[in-house]
Amino acid sequence: MAVKTSAMMDKVRASRVWRSVFRAGTGDSTLHRALAIQQSIFLHLFSTKVRKRMVKFSATWYLGTLTFGTFLILVITGVLLMLYYHPSVPQAYADMKDLQFVVSSGLFLRNLHRWSAQLMVFLVFAHMFKVFYRGAYRTPREFNWVVGVVLLVITLLLSYTGYLLPWDQLAFWAITVGSNLSSAVPLVGNKIHFLLLGGNQVNANALLRFYVLHCVVLPLAAMLFIAIHFWRIRKDGGLYVQGTEPKPQQNNETVNTAAEVK
Amino acid sequence: MSDPKEFVAGIDSDQRRSPVRVAFVTRRTSAQVKVNREDQVQTYPEVLFRAVLAIELLAIALVFFSLLFNAPLEGIADPTHTPNPAKAPWYFLGLQELLHYFPPVVAGVLVPSLLIIALIVIPYFNINIEANGLFLKDRANRLRWFYAAAAGMLIFLIGFDVYVAVPPTVVVALAMIVAANSRPDSPSKFRRYLAKRPLAYWIMTWFLFELIVLTAVGTWFRGPGWAWVSPWRNY
Ligand code: HEM
Repeated sequence: MAVKTSAMMDKVRASRVWRSVFRAGTGDSTLHRALAIQQSIFLHLFSTKVRKRMVKFSATWYLGTLTFGTFLILVITGVLLMLYYHPSVPQAYADMKDLQFVVSSGLFLRNLHRWSAQLMVFLVFAHMFKVFYRGAYRTPREFNWVVGVVLLVITLLLSYTGYLLPWDQLAFWAITVGSNLSSAVPLVGNKIHFLLLGGNQVNANALLRFYVLHCVVLPLAAMLFIAIHFWRIRKDGGLYVQGTEPKPQQNNETVNTAAEVK
Repeated sequence: MSDPKEFVAGIDSDQRRSPVRVAFVTRRTSAQVKVNREDQVQTYPEVLFRAVLAIELLAIALVFFSLLFNAPLEGIADPTHTPNPAKAPWYFLGLQELLHYFPPVVAGVLVPSLLIIALIVIPYFNINIEANGLFLKDRANRLRWFYAAAAGMLIFLIGFDVYVAVPPTVVVALAMIVAANSRPDSPSKFRRYLAKRPLAYWIMTWFLFELIVLTAVGTWFRGPGWAWVSPWRNY
């Protein structure tokens, strides 16, 4: 049976239709495996090979990968939560109660989204410090570090905007405390505060603004920057390995990244 | 990379055509690339398999956690009833703790902006690229600067009553003094390690310690009116 299935799979993968969709073709030679990465719009962000040392758990603790994992879980559970949520006052809070008592597995869905979000914030900090302590922010990876800082800010904003959506006391006052800080910006503080909330205090307009930011603007920004982040890892020569990097400061040889074909 | 000058043939800048790249290998030389040979694994399937496995284990752990623990949900938002204390999400509690000592312009605007700028600047900071131990060069002068900075920071923190931020500062300062008095060839592994740490390492470590201490204090040790409470007592 197993043999039959795999023979059938081979046949499907050799078919004209399959080949028209997946450019890499069949086969498990080294070349085909490289093409499987290089010929896919999503996977070609990654390099076709990775230094063996860097696959070890101790090299990265997989913190970047796990951060990405929480992000995936958040997108999936977030879309499902959107099916039950109205960004209006007081319906938002009633929807929370419905998730808890009416929607089947609703409470579980909300728990998973909430805990994954908290973990993502933690992991993104952990990943940043791990990258720093292994020195992987240095030339030529400076800009990917900056992309990382942008991702850190986006992650914090995602978590912060999501915090208001349940419209309970916790949400309302946490956002009140936080958004009041924006009024402290010299000169334009009150304008920023008004722009952020759509009013002078946290109200229905603020809920709608935070909802749009949380469900559309920030996730799209996160996806864009994650894509840049992954692509830059390949372009910058793969994951940083101590001791094998050119040292631009120590001799006159300049690193010509463009000359290295990746 | 071998020296490219040896086989650049010419530059074709005809925009209507795709350039053709030709490498000439002259007699008595062979094409060679100067890189460290190192074992690699293929992204498909090895690396992707590990990544997917890691994410699946994470998902399983989160599913169990979500089955066991419920996300908090309090009463409906009530603008007329301020809870005491009104706390931000945990990852902002370090900043909220600072807000207790400094005016909002400082704790809420200046400090976060400076932090983000500092993080962005890290890789472009010249001292970093050298990645040499802070006290290995120009020791006397750098020690003077260090003492001045550490004393200034401590006076500042104590002057504003920010006592919670003092212990991390003292710990890092003491570690730096040990580093200044250690040689990179010291018999102790720990001292060898400290001696080779660059300035960026010390700043980042100080930031990490402060972040942990301030966030922990804000999360567990602050109650009504932002007064000290024991985390084990219900208020
Ligand atoms: C949504 C947030 C983020 C995601 C999903 C993410 C994902 C990843 C992944 C999967 C890697 C591969 C290696 C590893 O796992 O360590 C990586 C590497 C890297 N990350 Fe992130 N990251 C994020 C945020 C950050 C932040 C906040 C920083 C720093 C400020 C950062 C800086 C870097 C750098 C410099 C590398 C290259 C490391 C090397 O070459 O060895 N990333 N990231």
